[in-house]
Amino acid sequence: MVWTNAIVQGLLTGGLYALLASGLSLIFGVMRIVNLAHGDFSILAAYAVISVAMHTNLIGGIVLVLPVMALLGYFLQRTLLNKSLAMGVLSPLLITFAFSIIIQNVLLQVYTANNKSILTGRFSSESIKISKDLQIGLLPLVTFLAGVIVTVCLHYFLNHSQLGRALRATSDDPMAADLVGINNRHIYGIATAIGLFSAGIGGVLFGMRTQFAPSFGPIALVFAFEAVIIGGLGSLWGTLLGGVVLGIAQGIGSQIQPAYGILAGHIVFIAVLVLRPQGLLPKQMGAQK
Amino acid sequence: MIKERIVRGAGFTRALPIFFVLIVLVLATLPKYLGVMYQVKFVQAFILILLATMWNLLAGFGGLVSIGQQAFIGIGAYALVYFADILNLNPFVATLFAGIFCGLCAIPLSFLVFRLAGGYFAIGTWVVAEIIKLFTVQISALGGGSGISLAAFSGMGRETRIAAVYWSAVVTIVVVLLSTILLMRSRLGLGLTAMRDDNVAAGVLGVKVMRYRRIVFVVVAMGFGFAGSLIAMSNLRVQPDDIFSVNYSAIMIFMVVIGGLGTIEGPILGAILYYFLQDRLRDYGAWYLIVLGIIAIVTVLTAPKGLWPLITRDRISLFPTKYRVISPTKDGAR
Repeated sequence: MVWTNAIVQGLLTGGLYALLASGLSLIFGVMRIVNLAHGDFSILAAYAVISVAMHTNLIGGIVLVLPVMALLGYFLQRTLLNKSLAMGVLSPLLITFAFSIIIQNVLLQVYTANNKSILTGRFSSESIKISKDLQIGLLPLVTFLAGVIVTVCLHYFLNHSQLGRALRATSDDPMAADLVGINNRHIYGIATAIGLFSAGIGGVLFGMRTQFAPSFGPIALVFAFEAVIIGGLGSLWGTLLGGVVLGIAQGIGSQIQPAYGILAGHIVFIAVLVLRPQGLLPKQMGAQK
Repeated sequence: MIKERIVRGAGFTRALPIFFVLIVLVLATLPKYLGVMYQVKFVQAFILILLATMWNLLAGFGGLVSIGQQAFIGIGAYALVYFADILNLNPFVATLFAGIFCGLCAIPLSFLVFRLAGGYFAIGTWVVAEIIKLFTVQISALGGGSGISLAAFSGMGRETRIAAVYWSAVVTIVVVLLSTILLMRSRLGLGLTAMRDDNVAAGVLGVKVMRYRRIVFVVVAMGFGFAGSLIAMSNLRVQPDDIFSVNYSAIMIFMVVIGGLGTIEGPILGAILYYFLQDRLRDYGAWYLIVLGIIAIVTVLTAPKGLWPLITRDRISLFPTKYRVISPTKDGAR
């Protein structure tokens, strides 16, 4: 029964990794750049929610911070990243890495290195009893559902909306998209805005579930990255599956010994890379390639 | 008849070898005149130059942008402690072995990380570095999570020890820089330069891109191994969280981007600049990294080739590795 429990908890955590990973995957799918500051943006959102919630309440904080994250993404893309895109593959990598260093250290200055968490009151301790030994926490369940909902929304957005079609067109061939009247620079901005919005949701849920510090951004990025690779590059559902597989691996690992949780996730990642480099669900889907 | 000459460097560059021999001689005799404190500072600067040169070889020429090279810094440092203290080898022989050991580790790892490309390669190397750290922490003979001290020098006096570390740093940097220059002047270097300019085109012209990349990855891992053992020798202690820190990657990228990616002189200039910046800004804590980040972004967007090509306008090269065509039209031979 402990094992079932470990697997169920891991599966629910997987939704969080999928949330963090979907934005990373979308930005890569549309622009072929890897946002090395992705994890730091989610931690930034978590801190921002703490600050805003002090003046209003938790819901107010989330409602305010997430759109601001999207605006920040659009702004950074239109000002700095679009400029660097034209300069080869290296420049965007260097710039997002610099973002990562800057965000981490600004957070360190403002909030110190002490661990914090987003207080949710009773919400974080309530759970649904499935059987005598198996309980599902409400917060982990909400996290998982958020991962599924964001994946479904992204799928419908990319396949069934005007803007989503434009995103896919730019992803397939930016020059051809430009010829038929799509403004690529705007589309890139939209992609980063969605990316940071979903990173923000991930960060806020992450901050509700565990304590975090400014240095946690890279860890979040690594989990997101592993979910993308395990699931298969460029597949939305693959990313969700990758997140779940990573979560379950970590759950089983920590059941063996707490220190082995993260290591078990890494080992599954390496195993996929060696045995199935195209990932578990490599099918092309949505805007991704 | 038009006759064009193809030369590698011209004029004053022929006098450069003599100049470099002089610099090396001066550096080698410095401990006689300089206090211990300055020797320690020189060692730090040498380590930075070593790191910048190696990262540039990997990213600037090989096109392999890695943020996980701290893996080899860490392996090198731990290997040094292991060879010197546990196997009781002479520390300088141990340095050599530590470098070779890193090269050997890089071969299987290259097959793993080369499955990823571009940005995903960058994070992939980082994850590998994290995994190696997690495994190292599990090995109790290497001190686990709290790290291990280097005992090999404990019989030596402080001044002798620091001078010894200084000299091994001088030897390492001379050997590494010379090998880098010779490498870049070889057939492999020509291929790498072609890859730097255009990967696909180089492949079409017959450069074995994958093989060259693997060779560079392994050679550079050895260089990082030497750097790691120098760090262990000068700190006398290896701690997993410090030696495997991703900050090394941040610093290396900064030095190389500021100085000039894909040139040999640029990273050295970047390392020297970084050394003085760090000396000045160290007291400002986290602000210092924020400033470095902003400088890096501004440089990437406004002077993407870095400072060295900007200052010299691509005309001067201290380490002549590339050929250029001298057209005789100037002499009226047209």
